[in-house]
Formats: sequence, structure tokens, C-alpha cells
Amino acid sequence: MAQTAVKVGSKVVIAPQHLQQLFQSLQSRGYLLVGPTLDQGNLVYAELTSVADLPRGFRDEQQGGSFRFKRQGNGALFGYGVGQQSWKKFLFPSDWPLWQARRTQDGWQVVPSQEEVPRFAFMGVHSCDLHALAVQDRVFIHGQYADPTYQARREGAFIVAVNCTQAGGTCFCASLGTGPKAASGFDLCLTEVLQDDQHYLVAEVGTVRGGEILAGVSCREARGQEVAAAESLVAGAARRQSRSLDPRGLKELLYRNYDSPRWDEVAARCLTCGNCTMVCPTCFCHTIKDLTDLNGEIAERRRYWEVCFTLDFSYIHGGSIRVSPQSRYRQWLTHKLATWVDQFGCLGCIGCGRCITWCPVAIDITAEVQAIRESEANLGQGE
Amino acid sequence: MEPMEAMEPILAEHPFFQGLEPGHLKLIAECATRVQFKANQYLCKEEQEAHQFYVILHGRVAVEIFSARRGPITIQTVGEGEVLGWLWFLQPYHWHVDARATEVTRAIALDVQCLLSKCEKNHELGYQLMKRYAHSLAVQFRVAKFQLADIYGT
Amino acid sequence: MALKKGSAGSLPAGDSDPMLPKLFRVEKRRRETQDTFTLVLKPAQGNEGFPFAPGQFNMLYAFGRGEAPISISGDPAQPQTLVHTIRAVGAVTQAICGGDRGEVVGVRGPFGTPWPVAAAKEADVVFVAGGLGLAPLRPAIYQVLAQRDDYGNVELIYGARTPQDMLYRRELERWRGRFDMRVHVTVDAAPPGWRANVGVVTNIIPRTRFDPAHTVALICGPGIMMRFTAQEFLNRGVKAENIFVSMERHMKCGVRHCGRCQLGPTFVCQDGPVYSYAYIKEWFERREI
Repeated sequence: MAQTAVKVGSKVVIAPQHLQQLFQSLQSRGYLLVGPTLDQGNLVYAELTSVADLPRGFRDEQQGGSFRFKRQGNGALFGYGVGQQSWKKFLFPSDWPLWQARRTQDGWQVVPSQEEVPRFAFMGVHSCDLHALAVQDRVFIHGQYADPTYQARREGAFIVAVNCTQAGGTCFCASLGTGPKAASGFDLCLTEVLQDDQHYLVAEVGTVRGGEILAGVSCREARGQEVAAAESLVAGAARRQSRSLDPRGLKELLYRNYDSPRWDEVAARCLTCGNCTMVCPTCFCHTIKDLTDLNGEIAERRRYWEVCFTLDFSYIHGGSIRVSPQSRYRQWLTHKLATWVDQFGCLGCIGCGRCITWCPVAIDITAEVQAIRESEANLGQGE
Repeated sequence: MEPMEAMEPILAEHPFFQGLEPGHLKLIAECATRVQFKANQYLCKEEQEAHQFYVILHGRVAVEIFSARRGPITIQTVGEGEVLGWLWFLQPYHWHVDARATEVTRAIALDVQCLLSKCEKNHELGYQLMKRYAHSLAVQFRVAKFQLADIYGT
Repeated sequence: MALKKGSAGSLPAGDSDPMLPKLFRVEKRRRETQDTFTLVLKPAQGNEGFPFAPGQFNMLYAFGRGEAPISISGDPAQPQTLVHTIRAVGAVTQAICGGDRGEVVGVRGPFGTPWPVAAAKEADVVFVAGGLGLAPLRPAIYQVLAQRDDYGNVELIYGARTPQDMLYRRELERWRGRFDMRVHVTVDAAPPGWRANVGVVTNIIPRTRFDPAHTVALICGPGIMMRFTAQEFLNRGVKAENIFVSMERHMKCGVRHCGRCQLGPTFVCQDGPVYSYAYIKEWFERREI
């Protein structure tokens, strides 16, 4: 057992049966532990009371338009990738009270939202999602105005990352440089090794407070071969990814192709349902709605996630700007991969593959980009 | 009629005739008369024969369509640097709008028959005038299209 | 979400939350046209001024109805009052315009980029407004007139559907009476008695005086009008970087968070509403963008 804090950069081994100590260590310091768990057979992120809440022994099977969560019975604690939810639901809640207006004798007054800020500990954040958090930080914190809800929740959050040791069916982080190995942005990072009858977790300490949390958790310094085994598993996951998205020249490619016939082709399949935006861990667009109580004494402003695939999204008095499904799909894809770069200095895509898995008609962002690239290449040959 | 020498420099300065060679200006000046209209005086009325093509030097002219129920509706104003006269070179040589000075307006009236006969004799002059006229028509078409599009709406 | 544990305390309150409005009271309301009103607002408490730059906008909130982005149309040299000209076309704007004197309105702002009034010094300035577009330009006109000697020739072209659709008619008359500014008003069609122009704003541009190499054109109005007006200035030799337009998009937050006002790689609330035509041309002219 580590009696004192473990140094930043060190790697220790935790036995699976001692992971509960890490949970307790976080809980005893006031953190609200959230992470992957089963809800009616679905993989969701929700409160974890103990290690038993993790979907132990499950694995995910993902492909375009399909997600299956299956028991494989091997005792793995983190043997699955990402589901339909992401951590943004905690930092940027899908329904959030902004403030209330209350009638007074001579008008009304503003009553700020009194919601408490939970101090989250995120358990099991994959590398792609660490990048997603960094992307949303740029949106909500690093601008002229910061969103206080997001900022307070984000700054308080403790992050336990988990390296992927299996390739997801639809993800492509390796090509974007956003995974599968978590490089930074965590307090602790776990790699679960389960091979040759051995089962252990290699924990890398990313921050001082990450090291402090380990005080009181049974662990020992990792041996070279254990570290090597962990790294080899992560490298294997990278190699086995079947999709890729080449970020080089991506912005320019899309800026050149606003009038590509490919938008018509994809719009013929796209249902404009907006699933891709709901599952995307970086999508931040939202709307604000106004509610009043029955006697008109209290009015509330609430913020909700919003989908750029609706006509209402671009509505301005007189009509919508993006009327055709083509223009709405184009807005989403070019925002993720082109305009985002000009807006925030990074891509709006972190390669998690959620939009591919959860698209009811299996539209694949990597395939769409590839088709546009090829259409240009074909034009070039024709000249 | 004023001396021709006085007319040519005035014509030469007007945007419509800019770039015309002196020989052509001289021919046009032979068809020109200086005219002045008081406020509310009509330059022409609908269905009148179109004997004149007006080159506006100063002032403002309202081009009107008369509606029995709404009275005269101004659809365009023509001012300094512009010309007034639709298709003066085509039969039946009729005006199809009213044109009324809304303030004291000075212009040069060009006699349409005189201009036509000179253009028939000198096709280079005809071409130069036609080019300018085509441009003026194009501008008016564009204006009409903007008005149809209700560009100050949403 | 049933999350109770692990509280880190309440949210930072007050000024640090850009979504919280300041309260103002309607002091005066003047009808400009059939559906457009000018409201003079004063802080509900205190006498704190409301400094802003010409071209910027506020998010105005009507109790229970919601918010709408409205440009500021008052004089930047008189920040004690806040002036907005509002067309009552939606639930929010109708509620704000329909409020009585003393009604409380929520104000967040000022947001957005200003007209380049200071950068235009020494140059000829041509303002071109269409319909309601005179409202966002008026603060810039005030500022130029306040330092009139710093500018070259100043022209204002104002187009509207009919004479009844024109804003600030008395003020236009006053400006027309000045010897150091030329005002051209034009409508699409006019009843008898109208003494100004009938035609479109693009048609007036040839009659204005400016040196294309040293001219700043500030254009505000509906999209089609701005596009053709900008084109006309380009035709007459004014450089695209000296032509400025003010864009309009739906927006919810005003602080670059909600994503609604995206125009290509820009956010109208932050990178606009005022853009140089050189910068925004590519996106302006693209359809369904």
C-alpha cells in the first residue's frame, strides 16, 4: 500500500481487487464518482458507488449503425470502448437552468441558478474523450467569455483515464493522433492487462493530486515487463483500427468542396435526425428556452443541447438559412473538420466513431471525407 | 436655339455621352435644345408621341404611372447625370409613362427624328449611342429587378 | 440527474456569468413605422452608463418571452441612456415594443465588432442603409458627425420600400439641412407629394461624391441589398477591405457558446456583426451557409 503520495510520472501496478480502494479514496475526498455502468443493458455513464457497478466482463461490438454490448465473461473491468454517451453530459448538461426572473412589485428581478457544482471524478475516460474535453475547454473556457457552469465543473473534475487495449469497431483515433494511448489531460491513467492468467492494472500518475489519491491504495511500482505488456496492448489496439481520417489538408479540402456533388449523395441517405450531434463528445451547440409558471410570476431560462440538422437551427425571421438536407449535413461535417479549425485552432473531431455507430443509416464521416478526396483526385485525372 | 459651341461641352460632360468623339458630339448637338421645367411641369405624358429624348443636367424628374384608384405612383426618379426616354428609336415612338419635374429641372432635349436620321446615315454614331442606351437599359432592368425582390424587406 | 454528493459550492454568481442580464427600464417609446419602435432605456438601478461602440448589439430580454439580439442605435457619446430601434416581428420583440413606460427589460452586452469609424478618419465616408439598416448605422453617423473635421466628404444613402417605412424621418431632415453631409433618400415606389428619389440605393451611388481610393463604405440592410451595394462600390473602385457590412444571424447566447450564429468559420456574435467585405465576401455569397 502506498503510504504517501506517488510521484508524477511514476507507474504503479494495482491488482483488480484493490481498485475499490481507489474508488474509496476518491469518494472519501468528496468526489462524486461517475463512469461506465449498465442501465437496462445499455452502456451509460452514471454514478458509480463501487467497482461492482462497472460492466465487468462486457465488450462492445460496434459497426456503422450498430452497437452490441455483450458479456464475454473474462473478468475485464474496462474491456469496452465508448458508448452513446460522453462526459460532456456532466460538464455541459443537456438541460440546464440558467437563471430565473421573478416578478416584484415594480418589475422583476434576476435570480441566478442555485444549482450546486458537483466535484466529479471521471472513471475510465478514453484518450479520444480526453481530447474531447480539451476541445470543449476551448469552446467554453478559453474564449472572451467563459461558461461558469462548465468551468466550475471542469476545474473540479478528477480524471482517471483508461487506455484502450482493443480497437473499437468504428473509431479512428490513431489516424488523428488522439489515441488510443492517453498522453496527457488525466490525473491517473489505467491500462488493464489481462493475459496469460494475469490480471492487473498499470496506473500512470499524471498530476500531483493523482499521486495523492493513490496514498492509501494498495499498489507497487510497476515492473518493466508489466509496463511493456501494457504498452504492447495499447499499440495493438492502434494497429487494429480499421478506419482512418487523414487530417492533412483536411480544412482546405473541405473549403474547396462546398459545391461537391457528394453532399447530394450523402443527403439522400441522411435522415437529419441529429443523432451524430447528440452522441458527439465535442458538439456544443445549444438553444435556450423560456418557461413560465402558470400564474406568470416566475420565468425560467433553460439551456438545452441543440441539433444543427433542424430547420429551426438556422431560422431567422422570414425563414431558415440552411433549407436543404445537403446544406445541413455540410454544415455539420465542415464544422467538425474545417471551420472548427479556424474557430478554435483544433479539429472538432477526436476520432471516437460514435457518430458512425449511432447513425441509423450508418453514414461514416471518414468515408464521406474519402469520397470527397477521391472526387477531387478523379477530376484531376480527367484534366 | 443656342449656339452649337455652347452645347457640345455640356454634352461631353454628361456621363451618358462620356468618351464620344468630337465629331459625333457635334452631330448630336445639331439635334439638341436646352430646356427648363418648373416644379410639377410634365416633360411628357403617357401615349404622347415621343419627339424628345431628355438628357438631365440638373433637377429631378418623377416617372409616374397613373392609377385611377391610387393616383400617380412614382416608380422611378431621374436626376442629374441620367437620361429619360424609353425606346425612342423604335416605333411607335410613344411615351408609356408620365414624367413630371418635381423641382426646377434643366435638361437637353434631343429631337428623336433628327437623331434617328443621323444614326441611319452614320452607323458608327448609331452604334456609339446604342451602346450607351443598352447600358442605360441594363441599369434600369437591374433596378426593376431589385424593386421586385423587395430588397429592403427581410 | 440525481446527483447530490460532492458539492464544490454554488456557481460563481453575478458579473462573471455572461448569461445574466442587467435590468433597464423603458423610459420612452416612439413609433417609427407601422411595426418598428425606438426605445430609450435607463438602468433600473444606479446611473451607471452603458458604453458601446457603433455597430455593437445587445441581447434584450422580455420577461418570460426570451431574448433577441438588437443593435444599439443611440449616440455613443451619450452612454447614460441606451437606445434601441426594434421591429416587432416575433414574440420577444413584440413584448419589448408593447411594454409600457417603466417596463423592465433585461440587457446583456454590448457584443460584437464595431463599425471602423476611427479607422476611417481622413477618408470619404459613404453610409448606405436599407430599411431597418439605418438603426445599426446611426451610432456611426453620430460619431462621424461629432468629429466631422476628421473626415472627407460624408454621404448617406437611405433606401426603403415606401416613405412610411423610413426610420428617423425628422433626424434625416436635420441631417439633410447640414452643409457638411449629403443625404439621399430613395424608395421603391412613392405616392404623390414625395419629393426625394424613387429607385434603389445602388442607383444613387453614382450620384455621390467620393474618392474611391480614399473611401470607406459602411453598408447595413438586408442581404441582397448589401451584396449588390458592395458590388457597386467594387465596380466604382473602392477596395473590398474598405467596404463594411453588418450581418444578421439567429443567435441564442451572444457570447460565442451556442453555435447558432455561425457564418462559415466565423461567429456573427463575436467576429461580426460588422465584417469587412474582403473578409466575409466568400461566405456572404455562398448559399445556405
